[in-house]
Amino acid sequence: MRFKRLWAIFNTRNREFFRDREAFGWNFLFPFLIILGFGVIFKGDYLSPFKVGVFPVPHTVSVAQSIDNLPDSFTAFKAIAWVGVENRIHGVEKLKHHKIDLLVEAGTQPVRYWVSDSSPSGAIVERLLKEALAPPDSGDRFEKKDIQGLQIRYIDWLFPGILGMNMMFSALYGVGWVVVRYRKNGVLKRLKATPLTAFEYLSAQLLSRIFLLMFTLVVVWLGCNLILDFKIYGCLTNLFVVFLAGSACMTTLGLVIASRGTSEEFANGILNFICWPMMFLSEVWFSIEGAPAWLKTSAKIFPLTHVLTAARKVMNEGQGLLAVMPELGILATMTLTFLLVGAALFSWNK
Amino acid sequence: MRATDCADPLMEIIDVEKHYKRLRAVDGVSLAIWRGSCFGLLGPNGAGKTTLIEVIEDIIAPTAGTILYKGERRAAQFRQEVGIMFQQTALLSFLTVAETLETFSRLYDTTEPVAHLMKRCHLGEVKNQLNDKISGGQKQRLLLALALLNRPELVFLDEPSTGLDPQARRNLWEIIKSVKSQGRTIVLTTHYMEEAEKLCDDIAIMDQGRIIARGAPQDLIRTHCKRATLSVPKDQFPQKIDIRHGFCRERGNRIQIRTENVNAVVGQLLSNRVDMRGVNVKTPTLEDVFLKLTGRSLRE
Repeated sequence: MRFKRLWAIFNTRNREFFRDREAFGWNFLFPFLIILGFGVIFKGDYLSPFKVGVFPVPHTVSVAQSIDNLPDSFTAFKAIAWVGVENRIHGVEKLKHHKIDLLVEAGTQPVRYWVSDSSPSGAIVERLLKEALAPPDSGDRFEKKDIQGLQIRYIDWLFPGILGMNMMFSALYGVGWVVVRYRKNGVLKRLKATPLTAFEYLSAQLLSRIFLLMFTLVVVWLGCNLILDFKIYGCLTNLFVVFLAGSACMTTLGLVIASRGTSEEFANGILNFICWPMMFLSEVWFSIEGAPAWLKTSAKIFPLTHVLTAARKVMNEGQGLLAVMPELGILATMTLTFLLVGAALFSWNK
Repeated sequence: MRATDCADPLMEIIDVEKHYKRLRAVDGVSLAIWRGSCFGLLGPNGAGKTTLIEVIEDIIAPTAGTILYKGERRAAQFRQEVGIMFQQTALLSFLTVAETLETFSRLYDTTEPVAHLMKRCHLGEVKNQLNDKISGGQKQRLLLALALLNRPELVFLDEPSTGLDPQARRNLWEIIKSVKSQGRTIVLTTHYMEEAEKLCDDIAIMDQGRIIARGAPQDLIRTHCKRATLSVPKDQFPQKIDIRHGFCRERGNRIQIRTENVNAVVGQLLSNRVDMRGVNVKTPTLEDVFLKLTGRSLRE
C-alpha cells in the first residue's frame, strides 16, 4: 500500500465535497435547519399531544373566550391544544380525519361533545374531560412525586438523533451512491487503469467520509449550540469517540452497498430500504419503548440504534466511556464485518 | 499467425477468449504487438475490439487464454508502464484540468512534469477550468494526457478521435505521432480509415470476435484489393475498344474499368486518344479491404 496514492484520493474526494454546493446544503444546512426548527417549535417544552376542537368559534373570536362552559382544570391542562372550528360539520370532519381528538360545542350545559371510537387519543381526552367535569372522590389514594435530578428537554433528547440521522444519510449516500455513480460513468474504470489498488481506494473513501462526517458534525453542533444552548451532561471527548465509531460503521455499510452495481436507481432503492427503517426504529424522532419485543430486538441490527443509545447515554445522562463500551464494541464489530464484506465484494467495473 | 512465432514482441496474446453468457465477444485471438510499433485494431461496432483491448489492458479478465507482457504474465508493474485512454470515461467532477493531472500523477512512481504535459497536449489555456466545462476536443486531449502521464512504454488508445471535428482530430494525430516518434508502442482502435492509414504500421481487422486479417496497411490493400477503378466519361470512351487488362461497366454517364494493371489500361486509353483530363483513378483503400473482408462498412 502506498500512502501517497491513498492521500491523493483522500484529498480529491474532500475537494469534491467542499466544491459541491448541493452536498454542502445537504450536509450542513439540512440538519441545522431541522434542529433549529424543532428548537423554535418546542421552545424547551414538549408539544401538546392532544387536540380539542371547539365550535362555533368565528375567526374574530379566540378559542379561550368560547370555552367558559368547561371546567378550569380541563382548560388549563398543558397537554391539550385548542383548535377553533366554525361549525359542527367542519368539526366532525376534522374528528373523522383524526386532525382533532375531541370536539366540544361551546356554551352548552351539560357539555356536549363528539369523539371518534377509533381514536385512542380521543378516548384519553374524553376520560380527562369526564373526570374534570365530575372529579371522583380521590381522597389520599395517590401521592404525586416529582422527578428528581436531570430533566431532559425533548430537544436535548432529539439533538443526537438528528445528528445521527444526518450522519447516516451522509455516510450511506456519500459513499454508496457516489461510488455506484463513479462505477457507472467510468471513473472507477479509469482509476483501475492506474497502479491504485482497491484497498487504497476504499481506505481513502472511508477516511475521507469519516473526516467529512466529523467535520460536518462539529460545524452543525457549534452552530446549533450557539443558538439553542443544548444541555450536555457528559464529556465532549466521549461523545466525539461515539460519533467517530458511528461514522466509521455507517461509512463501511455504505462501502458494502457501493461494492457492486452500476445502477444508481437500484442503489437508491437499496439505500432507501436501509435508511427509512433505520431512521424510525433507531429512535431518531421518538422512542420505541412499548413497541413489541421483536421490533425492539430488530432495531438492534441497525448501527444507528447503537450510536444513538451511546450518544444519549453520554449527552443526556452524563455517562462515561465505560458505560458505552457495549455499544462501541457492537459498532466496532459491525465496522469490521462491513469492511471485510465490502472489500471482498468490491469491483471496479461490475 | 501465432504470437509465439515472433521474435521480440512487447505483448503476446495467445488464444484469448472472452464470453458473456452465450456471446463470444472474443473468440480465440492470438497476436503479438511489436515494440515501438503502432498497432491498429479495426472492426465494425460489436466486433469485439473494445472487449479485446480491455482484456489486454487487464481491465476485464479473459475467459480463457494467456497474455504476456515482456514475455511474462502481467504483474503490478504493468500498471506503472502502460497508459490507457478509454473510449468513454467521465472525469472526476469539481476538479480542474491541472488538478486532475496532478491527482493522477500521484498514483504513479514516475511521471512526466504536469506543466510539460499540458504544454504538449495543448491544455495550458484550460488548466484552471473544471473538467465538465471544457470542450470535447479538450477533454480528449486531457484523456490523452492522462494516458501519457506516467511516461508509458505502451499506450492504449481506444477510438481517441471519435466525435471530434476534423481540426481537433488532426491536432490529436499530431500528438500521437510525437508519442510514436519517441519509440513508444501504441495500440489504437479506430473507426477512421484515414487515422489508421496515417498512424498505424500494423493493422488487424476484427469481426465477430476473431482476427480476420493482419498486416501493414499497404500489404493488406495489395493482398485483398488488387484492383483499381478508372472512370472515363462515356462520351470520351472509344466505341471499338477492347480493354485487355480489366472489366468495363456502365455507371450513369461514365464507364468504370476495374483493373489490376492501371498502367496497361492507361496506356491503352492514351493510344486510343482518350483525353486523360476527364479520367479518374481510384486506388483501393483500407475501407475497401474492410468491406471486402467483412461485407460491412466500418461505421455499421
